Amino acid sequence: MLKISNLHKSYAIGDSSLHVLKGIDLDIEDGEMVAIMGSSGSGKSTLLNIIGMLDEADSGDYILDGLPIKNLTEKKAAVYRNKFLGFIFQSFNLINYKNALENVALPLYYQGMKRKERQEKAMFHLEKVGLTDWAHHLPKELSGGQNQRVAIARALAANPKLLLADEPTGALDTTTSYEIMEFIQQLNDEGKTILIVTHEEDIANMCKRIVRLRDGIIMEDTFVNQVRAKQNV
Amino acid sequence: MFDIDLWREIFQSIKMNKTRSILSGFTVAFAISLFAILFGITNGLINTFEESFKDDAINNIVIWPGKTTKAYKGLQSGRRIQLKNEDHDYILDEFGDKVEFMTSRVMKNVTASFRNEQNNYTVRAIHPDNLFIEKNKVLEGRYINQLDIDNKTKVVIIGRLVEEDLFTKTKAVGKYLSLSGIQYKVVGVYTDEGGDDEESMLYIPITTAQSIYGNNDYVDMIYLTYNPEMDHDKALAFGVLMEKKLKNRFSIAPTDQRGIRVQNNALGAKAANQMSFGLGLMVLVIGFGTLIAGIVGISNIMIFIVKERTKEIGIRKALGAQPKQIVSIILLESIIITTISGYLGLLIGVGVLDLATPILEDYFIKDPGVSNTLVIGATITLILAGTLAGYLPAKKASRIKPIVALRND
Repeated sequence: MLKISNLHKSYAIGDSSLHVLKGIDLDIEDGEMVAIMGSSGSGKSTLLNIIGMLDEADSGDYILDGLPIKNLTEKKAAVYRNKFLGFIFQSFNLINYKNALENVALPLYYQGMKRKERQEKAMFHLEKVGLTDWAHHLPKELSGGQNQRVAIARALAANPKLLLADEPTGALDTTTSYEIMEFIQQLNDEGKTILIVTHEEDIANMCKRIVRLRDGIIMEDTFVNQVRAKQNV
Repeated sequence: MFDIDLWREIFQSIKMNKTRSILSGFTVAFAISLFAILFGITNGLINTFEESFKDDAINNIVIWPGKTTKAYKGLQSGRRIQLKNEDHDYILDEFGDKVEFMTSRVMKNVTASFRNEQNNYTVRAIHPDNLFIEKNKVLEGRYINQLDIDNKTKVVIIGRLVEEDLFTKTKAVGKYLSLSGIQYKVVGVYTDEGGDDEESMLYIPITTAQSIYGNNDYVDMIYLTYNPEMDHDKALAFGVLMEKKLKNRFSIAPTDQRGIRVQNNALGAKAANQMSFGLGLMVLVIGFGTLIAGIVGISNIMIFIVKERTKEIGIRKALGAQPKQIVSIILLESIIITTISGYLGLLIGVGVLDLATPILEDYFIKDPGVSNTLVIGATITLILAGTLAGYLPAKKASRIKPIVALRND
């Protein structure tokens, strides 16, 4: 599904540059659920952003589903993001003047889908996250957990190959976090490949594999016994 | 090419971000209405100004005699100067190529009566050229012509108001009008933009007046217009030379101010031209000033809007929006707002002008108005400026990496 080799990335800070990723090698198979862990500054978010084509690597190879991701034009990157990737952010990143249904339908709009079909599909995904009754509410009228579920529905709407979550529970309390994780685990059970960036051990342990980063290199890459979120709720 | 979803997106964005939309709409509406109002007022000033020249042709020269105040060449002071037909011909002979139109004039006060209606009027006995010098317009029938002059016909051309007053129940043309007892046939009705007095005149052939009222060839005044191809300095020199030659002809001292007077409108025409130029300049400054203020306003707002929407742009890009789609959604929104509010501004500006017209008349501003083409042109300029001002930041925003746009929360 995803193959990364010898990936480097640095950021210019004034005159000097900060080497954030110093040669990352990572293979992820279909249906995996991987947690990327590390303290802040370890490069975990940068890695996720490169995987999500929100940012570009300086050197190294990144192959997603057989397609080399390199020197993409803006237009091509937009098409790939829309087709292959679903994003879940810590701060939800919903468009505040659109209601839940419209937010979920937005990636489908960029796929060029017809309005009616789009709304049916968006409704289907909202139902999946249990928010049918909230479809016509604006983000500010929803709780944090509900907003994150809308964001998950949006990430799923375009039926992406890979789901990327950047601290998906970072802004939520423990109970709500576990509810969200339970939901993400369900998606994985259904076969979706999922990549989660987190710095919380309990969240990481709900994945099947933990990749630990420190100072831009992978320190540890282990398969773990998945803790089911449902037991903790 | 019509993409209903795109428009739906845009109208939703306008509707849901009311403050932003109203703010930018207000700037444009304000600039356009200000533009229309200021432009209209200046046009009103120009109208007032031009109207004061509407009565007569602007290249007029008037010659009228008086009494000498200085003894000269053995002649005493206090001598009355009398113009005659031969003086009219003399001017034509001397200055033929410099004269455009020319009429002599004899004035007479008469009581005009038709059936039971009667009133006092001034008769001006004239040559046919008077039509152009007075800027009369013939409403019905005809004007005095050369045949009338040659045959001393008893015909009269009456002002529009004379017809209204005396011919209450019938048309004037073809009827006979009694002027202090003498019957004249009405052959024409004229109008004049110079006001009520100018439309209450009676015109008859000068030769008729000379034979009926004095049996002489006396002339009260001579009116002429100088050749408009002459520039201002030449026109002035022409007036001066004519005065000099006429003084010589009547043996009037060159320094005598009263013996004969030549009043040359070229003197006023220069001031008038400068005033016109000044007003025109004012119009330009006002126009450009308001437009530039509007352009700066809408540009600022566009930059602010793009800044405010950076995060939204990042989200849209992460979900698969292409740069082109980002730019078009921002620009179309701004174009729609500018067009609608520009139209509103036009309505407000024209409405205010309409309401204020009666009040403004007291301040020498007549019929303030502004052509729709001009205001629409100004609105289009603002739309273009807003588009351009929005395009650059929108383009830039569409290029930033989504991660940068999403970071600042």
